[in-house]
Parts: sequence; structure tokens; C-alpha cells
Amino acid sequence: MSHRLPASRYLLLFCVMLGAAVGDALLGRGMHDIGPVSIHHLSSLFYALGNPWVFSGIVVLIGFMASYMTALSWADLTFVLPATALGNVVTVFIGKFWLHENISPMRWLGICLIVIGVGFVANGPSRTEHVIDLEEKVA
Amino acid sequence: MVIPYSTLHTWTTIAAVVVTATAGDISIARSMRSLDLDAIRAKSGLGGAILAVVTKPTLIFGIFCMALSFFSLLSSLSGADLSLVAPATASLTSVTTALAAKVFLKENVDRRRWLAAVFVCAGVALLAR
Repeated sequence: MSHRLPASRYLLLFCVMLGAAVGDALLGRGMHDIGPVSIHHLSSLFYALGNPWVFSGIVVLIGFMASYMTALSWADLTFVLPATALGNVVTVFIGKFWLHENISPMRWLGICLIVIGVGFVANGPSRTEHVIDLEEKVA
Repeated sequence: MVIPYSTLHTWTTIAAVVVTATAGDISIARSMRSLDLDAIRAKSGLGGAILAVVTKPTLIFGIFCMALSFFSLLSSLSGADLSLVAPATASLTSVTTALAAKVFLKENVDRRRWLAAVFVCAGVALLAR
């Protein structure tokens, strides 16, 4: 039985993957500018929203959220989530080729495990067919 | 043995991120699953589809949980490196969400998906080293 998705849906999963990675990286960059936030001064987290890096991260993460929610309308949560994990691999490649960071053998092994994990679900069905779903299709 | 405040703060906020992100994921997935977006778009256009999505109570609860998760993440990032926080939250959330999807969404989390969750969890943990 074929489980192939249309190209547009793979493109949406690609946006989910990139959005999570880029958004987290921008937030991390911004919060290092802000510095440590004490639990007694949580209001300073709202001040962080004025930081351009944090603001850019939020904009990217809103795009990620829209893609993610659309994907969840036609796929299982346990199918979509590994796509977001691929974002960690993207982050490592950004570090390697753009920031010229040293990637240890352990990190390469981590990348291999994530890619294998995503491969397990990518070839499977994207959605669990419940009895109610099947009845709706028949009707 | 006394645990340093910074370590306690980091892992408390990481736990908060994991719990709220899992609750948010499950609520959002449940609300999105109950909508037939293609049919709504065909009938009411993109605006109608957006309105149908943003007025779902379970989705609003899910977004609220995600907002809590976001501020927990910010708090965590303020005291710890992204290279620790992002992989730790992502790997723990992948396992808790798979469990929650099986229990609350009745998803068919078969052997292949469990293996995927375990491989992703181990891979993300290795990325943090």
C-alpha cells in the first residue's frame, strides 16, 4: 500500500522543519543579549520582546505554528513531530557551514540517529484511520 | 548534596517547557483533527478557514499552553545555552508527546513510531554533547 504524500504536503513539512530551527536560533541569539532572567523578575521577559532577534524569532515561529497546525489537520501528531526534530539537524549544519563550528563525531552520530528515526515514520501512513473516519469516507 | 540554584532553575524550566508543550500539542492536534480544512476553504474561503480554526476552544487552550511553554523556554534560555535547552526539551517532548498521543488521541503509535521517537530522542541527546 502506497503512503506517498503530494509534493505540497512535503513542502509544508519542510516549512515546519525550517521554522522550528531558525526560530529557536533567533530566540537563543536574542536571549543571550538580554542575559539571565531571575524568577523574581519575570516581567523582564516582556522587555525581551523588544529585542530585534527575539522579535524576529517570534515572527518565524508564528509561520512555523501556521504550517504545523495545517499539517496536523491531515496527519498524526506522531507523524509530524519527527519533522520538527529534523530542524536540530539543520541547526547543526548551519553551525558547521555558516558559523564554522567544529562538529564532534558524537554529534554526527546524533544526526544519523535523527535521520534514521524520521525515515521510520516518513515511509509509513501519515494518519491513523479511526472507524468514524472510515465511515465518513464510505458515506 | 546541595543542587546549585542555576541547575535547579534550568531543569525546572525545561520540565515546564516539556509539560506545557505536550499539553499544547495534544490540544492543537485534537482541534485540527476535528476540522476538514479543505471543505471549509472550498465553502468559505481562506478567511472562513482561519475563523473556524481560531474559534475552537481546544485550540485556544492549546495556544495558551504553547505560550506558557514559550515563556518557560525564554526563561530557560536566559540561564543556559541553547545547545543544552533546545535538544533537552525537544528530545523529552518527543517521547512524552508520543505517549500522550497514544493515550489521548488514540493514535496508532506502532513499533515504527516508537522506534522513531527513541531514535530521535537519542539523536537529539547526542547533539547536546
